Amino acid sequence: MDKELSKEELKAYKAAKAQLTDERKLTFGGWLRKKGWKHLVGWVMVVYSIFPIVYVISGSFANADQFTSTLFSSFTTDNYVDLFNDPYRPFANWFVNTLFISGTAAIGSVFLSALAAYAFSRLRFTGRRAGLLTLILVQMFPQLLALVAIYALLVNIGNVFPFLGIGSQLALIMVYLGGALGANTYLMYGFFNTIPKELDEAAKIDGATHTQIFYGIILRLAAPILAVIGLLAFIGTSSDFVLANIILTKPESKTLAVGLYMYVSDQFGQRWTIFAAGAVLAAIPIVALFLYLQKYIVSGLTGGAVKG
Amino acid sequence: MSTETRGPTWQLPKGRTKSNTALNDGGTPSLFGTLVKIVLLGLMSAAMVFAIMILIGNEDYLFAGIVAVATLIVNWVYLRRGRLPAKYLAPGLIFMAVFQVYVVGYSAYIAFTNYGTMHNSDKDDAINAMLLNGQTRIDGEPIYPLTVVTDADGQLNFLVTLTDNSGAMQVKVAADGEVLQQVTPTEFNSFGKATAAEGFTELPFREIAAIQEDVVRAKLYLSDDPDSYFLMTPDASQAVVFGPRLDYDPVADTMTRVEDGKVFFDSGEGTYRSADGEDLAPGWRVEVGLLNFERAVTDPGIREPLLRVTIWTFAFAILSVLTTFVLGLGLALLFNDAKLRGQRWYRVAMILPYAFPGFLSAFVWRALYNKDYGFINVVLFGGAEIPWLTDEFLVKISILLVNLWLGFPYMFLITTGALQSIPSDLMESARIDGATAWQQLRLIKLPLLLVSVAPLLITSFAFNFNNFSLIYLLSGGGPKDFDATINVGHSDILISMVYKIAFSTGEGRDFGLASAFSILIFFIVGTVSYFSFRRTKTLEDVN
Repeated sequence: MDKELSKEELKAYKAAKAQLTDERKLTFGGWLRKKGWKHLVGWVMVVYSIFPIVYVISGSFANADQFTSTLFSSFTTDNYVDLFNDPYRPFANWFVNTLFISGTAAIGSVFLSALAAYAFSRLRFTGRRAGLLTLILVQMFPQLLALVAIYALLVNIGNVFPFLGIGSQLALIMVYLGGALGANTYLMYGFFNTIPKELDEAAKIDGATHTQIFYGIILRLAAPILAVIGLLAFIGTSSDFVLANIILTKPESKTLAVGLYMYVSDQFGQRWTIFAAGAVLAAIPIVALFLYLQKYIVSGLTGGAVKG
Repeated sequence: MSTETRGPTWQLPKGRTKSNTALNDGGTPSLFGTLVKIVLLGLMSAAMVFAIMILIGNEDYLFAGIVAVATLIVNWVYLRRGRLPAKYLAPGLIFMAVFQVYVVGYSAYIAFTNYGTMHNSDKDDAINAMLLNGQTRIDGEPIYPLTVVTDADGQLNFLVTLTDNSGAMQVKVAADGEVLQQVTPTEFNSFGKATAAEGFTELPFREIAAIQEDVVRAKLYLSDDPDSYFLMTPDASQAVVFGPRLDYDPVADTMTRVEDGKVFFDSGEGTYRSADGEDLAPGWRVEVGLLNFERAVTDPGIREPLLRVTIWTFAFAILSVLTTFVLGLGLALLFNDAKLRGQRWYRVAMILPYAFPGFLSAFVWRALYNKDYGFINVVLFGGAEIPWLTDEFLVKISILLVNLWLGFPYMFLITTGALQSIPSDLMESARIDGATAWQQLRLIKLPLLLVSVAPLLITSFAFNFNNFSLIYLLSGGGPKDFDATINVGHSDILISMVYKIAFSTGEGRDFGLASAFSILIFFIVGTVSYFSFRRTKTLEDVN
């Protein structure tokens, strides 16, 4: 680790020195030493980063028998048409299911965590600090670890309420909601603390009830950040494979992650191009959301880090 | 905080301080809010009462009691005045209690049972299943002549000419799954087989051929006792006697196999077992104590893969964090340069792997790595057949390379952020003091960076430790380890092994063993969290 860094940094040092001594006139060699190599590294990284993505896009437009040769060697939109015409692999259903399940779970979990964060931020009660600590602790253990028990529990629940048993999308949403408090409350608690308490005190004096303060002041003021947390939760649940895979059993009730697995798990060669078309369509909304939220994600990550 | 509210403090019960209750009281509730509350509570309570009734019907009194208590608590929380924190916390806590806390305890319980495909339900169900499934032809019973007939409505029936020990003949008829009833025969063939009876006519041979499957599957019972012997016809002209392979003795609680008279006793481990150690399938669920943990330690077919998988899980998580961090930091140092032209575009391109949904990335790399069709072999290596995902060593390198691709953007983002938050005057004074770039990095940037990034590195470690999706979707944990007695591969990490033991379709499911392994992961994750909490100040900040 040290050695690699030292090399790079020495180079950077030399480049910086060259910059100090000669700002204007640069020979090609000089430019290469000063800046060019950075561009070179940049281009290598760009190729490394986008190549697999370009490969899928190319595959999605390729003829089924030509996808291995070179990128963009053939062009057809058949794969996109086939994708929506496979009764055993109902892609359109998967897409809608993913939007429904992840959307509901995201909204639900933001709401549940906001309620809890409001209590932690604005109310004083015994066990408050212990409660926050417990949440941080619970957060360390992903639900994934208890997947056998989750499965067994849902089998039991299904014996009483069949619409909440294995195979039910509602059951999956409930499981996601179970992880909501641990994941988001502490983050939201931090944001709620930045909203001045004087605001709710003023409202209280004017006769506002606690629900009015919660919905009218806290949620309004925190709306942008709640939206970001919700969208991140959406991205997270829409990428979940394991819980969705054990809970959703019927092809038409699956999500994209589980459904698309059916394409790659068997007979890779025959269906790769159709899978690629599905992957492109599945990725577009998430990548778009992510790039849109990028600055929040970055500030959220480092914000948490600096607070440490 | 202010203690002044419009709340009707005179309603408060005695014994509480004003400042405490007034804050948590929050004013007079509106009529609308109260109505919504009553309706929601009513609906929930109704559903829960329904659940309790079904649970009592199933004789599951423990859970009926738990649901009843939970319902009462929720109603109590929302119907009394004040005590707001509970009202705000209850909805989230209920879900967390059931799907995150309870399930952990339940995992621990399952780890002490033999729950799995072969031990799925209770003993009565297992006995029924054994009696119903273990059916076999009874040797020594006679073979009876049979004719396939239809009744007046065209329904498929079977006409059997039975002869008892004394030689007396009886003609009986039945449809599939029914008990044979006596009828009056109207026609016999030259061998003395009844071919028609009152209301029943023989079905021509070519029509039988068309419904062959229904004919050979039909069961004609000799009495209405469900465990009784029954007739089946393999060829549409003869009836053979079948019966349960096992004979259950409820008094002695033993199973006797009809064909060889072997006796099976309740082994206490959820199966019927013979004196020479043979188990009957299926078994039923029982608590087995530490058996699952014992198996993990004593059975070399489990112990060795478990040890290997644990080491690989640590290696995978540590190497993933290390490689992504080094690459991310290197790039952050390189591109943290406002003067570099096109810097923004480099950044966007390098964030793409992070933005691309993780499960899709695993699929795409799986395709790229494919031995026969994959782009890497076909184009980059000119048709070589390198077993990227099927060689037990190479698969680990492949996985780490994919995780580098997936993870470096995150490290790039966080280290860039942390680098930018280092005060520039620090670096300036270091330069003036004549520090070399390497010294600046090693003595100033890195230590400051690590303060803010270290907790995220630990989080990243914890995430990769349980990075099920990457492993399972990329390599499926393969190549399979054939020395192991459990379904495990050479690139499996602990959590994917748990999943495969619990849910793989090919082999039997073993929930007990899988849960025992997840308890092991719990302890590892708990230990790592404990030490990381001790090192960081997160917990002290909570106030």
